Amino acid sequence: MEILVCVRRVPDTSENEIELNTAANDIEREDLVYSINEWDNYAVEEALQIVGRVGGNVTVVTVGGEDDEEVLRRQMAMGATHGVLLSDEAFSGSDGRGIATILKGFVQKGHYDLILTGVQAEDGGAQVGGMLAAMLDYPFASLVNSIEVLPGKLKISREIEGGNREMNEIDLPCVLSIQTGINEPRYVGMRGIRQVASIPIPTLGVAELGIDASCVGESAAKVKRVDYFVPAMGKGAEMLEGSREENIERLVDLVTAKGGLK
Amino acid sequence: MARIFAYIEHKGGVVDDSAAELATAARQIDPTAGPTAIVTGWGAEMDAACQALRPFYPEVWKAANEQLTYPNAELVRQALVKILPGESILLVPHDHFGIDLAPGLSIKMDAAFVSDALAIEGVNGTNLKLVRQEFGGQVSAHVTCNISSGAVITIRPGAFKPQGNGSANGLIVDKSAQAGTPVAGRRYLETVVTEAGDVDITKYNVLVSIGRGIQEKDNVAIAQELADAMGAALSCSRPVVDAKWLEKSRQVGTSGKTVKPKVYLACGISGAFQHLAGIKGNPFIVAINKNPKAPIFQVAHVGIVDDLLEFLPELTNKIREMHALSTK
Amino acid sequence: MMEVMQPPTLASSWLMYWHLLFLVTHVLGIACFAYIVTRRLVPLARAERDFRFNQPFVRLRRVLRFWLGQWRHPRYRTAGIIHLLIFASFILLVIRAFSLLCFRIGDNFAMAGFSGSAGHTYDIITDYAATIVFLCMGVAIIRRVVFKPARYAVPAKYGRDHTADAIFLLALIALLMTADSLFAASTAAGRLARNEPFEGLAFLSLPWILQRTLLSTSLATLWNLRLGAYFVHQLTFYFLLCYRPFGIQFHVETSLFTVFFAKLNRGTVKPVRWGIDDERLAQVKSLGVKKFEDFTWKHMLDFYSCADCGRCSDNCPANAVGRPLSPRFISIKARDYCFQHYPMLGRANNGTPLIGGIYSEDEIWSCTTCGACEEECPLLVEYIDKIVDLRRGMVDDGNVPQSLQKPLKALESRGNPYGKVEKKKADWTKAQDFQTTCKVNIVDGSKVADTLYFVDSVTSFDDRMQSIGRATARILDHVGENFGILGAAERDSGHEVRRFGEETLFMALRDHNAEAIKASGVQRIVTADPHAYNALKHDYRDIPPVEHISQVIAREVKTGKITFNPLENGSVYTYHDPCYLGRHNQVYNDPRAVLDAIPGLKRVEMSRSRDRSFCCGGGGLMLFYEPKEEQRMGVKRVQMAAEAGANVIVTACPFCMANIEDAIKVAGLEGKMTAIDLAELADQQIAREIPKETAVHGG
Repeated sequence: MEILVCVRRVPDTSENEIELNTAANDIEREDLVYSINEWDNYAVEEALQIVGRVGGNVTVVTVGGEDDEEVLRRQMAMGATHGVLLSDEAFSGSDGRGIATILKGFVQKGHYDLILTGVQAEDGGAQVGGMLAAMLDYPFASLVNSIEVLPGKLKISREIEGGNREMNEIDLPCVLSIQTGINEPRYVGMRGIRQVASIPIPTLGVAELGIDASCVGESAAKVKRVDYFVPAMGKGAEMLEGSREENIERLVDLVTAKGGLK
Repeated sequence: MARIFAYIEHKGGVVDDSAAELATAARQIDPTAGPTAIVTGWGAEMDAACQALRPFYPEVWKAANEQLTYPNAELVRQALVKILPGESILLVPHDHFGIDLAPGLSIKMDAAFVSDALAIEGVNGTNLKLVRQEFGGQVSAHVTCNISSGAVITIRPGAFKPQGNGSANGLIVDKSAQAGTPVAGRRYLETVVTEAGDVDITKYNVLVSIGRGIQEKDNVAIAQELADAMGAALSCSRPVVDAKWLEKSRQVGTSGKTVKPKVYLACGISGAFQHLAGIKGNPFIVAINKNPKAPIFQVAHVGIVDDLLEFLPELTNKIREMHALSTK
Repeated sequence: MMEVMQPPTLASSWLMYWHLLFLVTHVLGIACFAYIVTRRLVPLARAERDFRFNQPFVRLRRVLRFWLGQWRHPRYRTAGIIHLLIFASFILLVIRAFSLLCFRIGDNFAMAGFSGSAGHTYDIITDYAATIVFLCMGVAIIRRVVFKPARYAVPAKYGRDHTADAIFLLALIALLMTADSLFAASTAAGRLARNEPFEGLAFLSLPWILQRTLLSTSLATLWNLRLGAYFVHQLTFYFLLCYRPFGIQFHVETSLFTVFFAKLNRGTVKPVRWGIDDERLAQVKSLGVKKFEDFTWKHMLDFYSCADCGRCSDNCPANAVGRPLSPRFISIKARDYCFQHYPMLGRANNGTPLIGGIYSEDEIWSCTTCGACEEECPLLVEYIDKIVDLRRGMVDDGNVPQSLQKPLKALESRGNPYGKVEKKKADWTKAQDFQTTCKVNIVDGSKVADTLYFVDSVTSFDDRMQSIGRATARILDHVGENFGILGAAERDSGHEVRRFGEETLFMALRDHNAEAIKASGVQRIVTADPHAYNALKHDYRDIPPVEHISQVIAREVKTGKITFNPLENGSVYTYHDPCYLGRHNQVYNDPRAVLDAIPGLKRVEMSRSRDRSFCCGGGGLMLFYEPKEEQRMGVKRVQMAAEAGANVIVTACPFCMANIEDAIKVAGLEGKMTAIDLAELADQQIAREIPKETAVHGG
């Protein structure tokens, strides 16, 4: 099975303190540590487990620049056979739809039975997978937390409310967005990454992908982020500022008043 | 301005809470016109849902087809594409269905797409300005969306408070013929319900809820003791279940249970929306967290910045003392 | 003395056939043994190499001490004494056994053994030796059957009980002694019956007793008894010889080699591959131990040599709290695997993965590398290197528990397991009250110092442990040390990273730190973190010498630079030896000297102290691992302190502090028991003059 996983390099949420910069129009990017988007990591692991069972190859692709190569290499160290970088000046400023257009261009150059993305990335967009599927006219399912391979199709479950699982059958080729917790991703150590450090990673741009440049990039973007801000606390919580003993007393009073304690 | 539609989810004839929220959001986008509800489904349950919407929406479009008995987003999408007029704005809740339906729909409608909108700032020409969050809720962002060719927007559940007096007396319009019979490459099989755990947290009035801040499995006992002292149930956010410190049945959130307690103690919970979305009914929320900037403090009623591993045992002792005194 | 005399009833022709039988038995026995030993060496020939031939004289001295001197055995007194007696007796009996085997039994009652008074003395001694062995066998069997020491028990998951096998072997050895003694007894009785002179048997020895029972036996019977005893002796000897390599008794042959080749340098971990230096490691296809043949020959020899005594597991803290690790069974299972896959007849089976086979992942991750097992083993069997090698294999395969992947990833990107930003590494020095009394400078080129205070991650970033950092700095300040810290340039020492099998990441951390240390120009290093201490001392190369703060304080107490104010609080203190300060580096006395130098401090020892200290739960990455256990190690340790009558535990390691303080809460002893770090206590009690102006360090 040929599986394509669309991945993204994002600031690592657990190893960074996300703060606004001094100009208060973006987050402070100096000193950020980047890594692969957590959802995408689960997707790559799932792809590797599938080809481990049924044979095939895993290709990882990302839209970005030179900096994003490290994420491709890490996933190749994890076991992906190919890594591809889609990079072009014309791509910068693309919104989700633009990214999906670029990926579509790449997908159509090859033959993939299954395309995986993570459910979402740090911007919470949760859109690229669904958009890509619609552009390709492939069936789509989001929030996938289990995959069983059958001839010509997959049996999948989606995570819905209450922790219940919605079981579906989906024809191949298709696009799935993968939810965290679907598996336990294997560890990728420094040694593995060093071993793939010099494998060439093909870079494809507008020309190689045969994309209409007017459909991607900033000018084509229908959705743009204007700024970052931290909302004024305003009507937030009443903060208890006393000593711990005082806070506990006050808290017990408040909770009792609300019927939380007899 | 373009017409605004709201896709309404329903189950067993009962309309989802998001219905009223979407109406509010729609009115914030266009205060002049009333939005139109869209319902897909089949049979008496669907009709009951349509009836329930009439007080809130001036018009209710229904697309009935046996294929749509279960809301399979792949099928629903096709029906919507057929019945939605060009350049419409469609609002959908940002839940497991909305995530499934909306992005692909925006492509088929050739419309813009914005996910997880928290607030509407206003329309300026062809640009709609919205507020979203990024980085797990740690920062907010203003976003503009070009709605000249329409838009599909998913709305954060609970972000828009239901309004209106229910006097819309909506008209039900049958669009089933136009919707046709959809066919898709994805077929719904069944829903597997999670096994009931020993404790049903949805039945409790008071919940002590723990998050990543509990740090390790052995500390869960600290929270359990507080819950016991309060006569409450112990619940948690997703990371605690992922780490296997509590069973899934204890999880509150979009992929967990929806709870409606009177009092909710959020201990070491950052306040990511997926968790908060599981808390309905506007309970009295107490937040205890070491990080004064945790988003939970924005939704809590009372906040305490402290180390929960130290705070909770003292709180437990205090409550036990109280109970001991009151029984004398 | 062979006197030719006609035997009373036996036809001499039969004797010829006996001799043939004996000869055949000899040949078969030796051939069998040679074959068996050769087969046992096959896996060793396929094993990874191990450099164990250095410092032969040091090794020889250790053989004298640990093998001949049975140095470790008395740690378990009863078993130790029994084994000492058996071992000493065996050594004495070696010559006697051989001489009996080579003895050509003639048609008379000739005495085996040597002539002359020396020979007779030897015979007397060995008569007693044989008796002692016989009695010890009896005692050993009774111990096994009646008293059943807990450490011999075999938990159900490891298979069936070993008691039957043990008794079988003990009985056989007893039989061997009996046969030997019966031979001597029947020979002496025969000579007595024929009025021939003979040297007396040792009074009240087994041969002597047996001879007394044979006083009225007929000569014919005596002759048959003698023949039979000889044959039984021979058979039993060869049976034991050939049977030993199939079980734990193989240690009789292999123990000498295991002890000779035992690891000389404690505290460090074996290289990934002997003979392959760091730069060439990238070319190695597979790291660590994944299949049996990946072990080195010495480790395989260890598996052969395990005597199943259970002392390691008896002292293993992981075993004590119900984690799935029992060091004894690491050896036994590997040995059984080896026996099964390298059979006596037929080809060796293909190597199957060990993890998921004889070992489980949790079993291998459960080890805190405390070293209690290695400290205890009378045969000096090594465990830590094997565990680390198995972990290296799992890391190489990407098979790392999710709970460890996060801190490892953080170590890679931020240089500390907490994922904290590097530039905040020195924030602990900026605490309000501290800064005004003690300014700590960062040796970054613009500032120099003689001494580096290597703080390491937990002390730098953990809110609680930062006070240990500040106490240490104040102590160094007080003794006038010109010291500084590396600040943001300091990465985690990598001590646990290495012991958890991530060698590549460890090398990156080590190389970075080593460079920063050398660039700083310091002459020596001090740390309050025993894990950092161990790493800097043993895992790092070419850096200045390192000391632990307890050693510094102890020395300055002697020089008089440090004097303590008296302590009058009525508390009872006990010192908990951190594994990496105590057992691995044998710093036991300095911390105690410091405590004893504080006037009025009442100190007690826990029953498990010094080299028998009980691990607190582990440090570094072990704090992130989620083990399956019935209880926490820290809780057990805190209970031990309470049993010793203490209400304050003093420790000299931030990880011990974290585990113990946590355990005090979990054990429900809050308010009844507290913990304090040695540096904190010393800092608290140091007699200081009226505060001077802010002392500035590193400049």
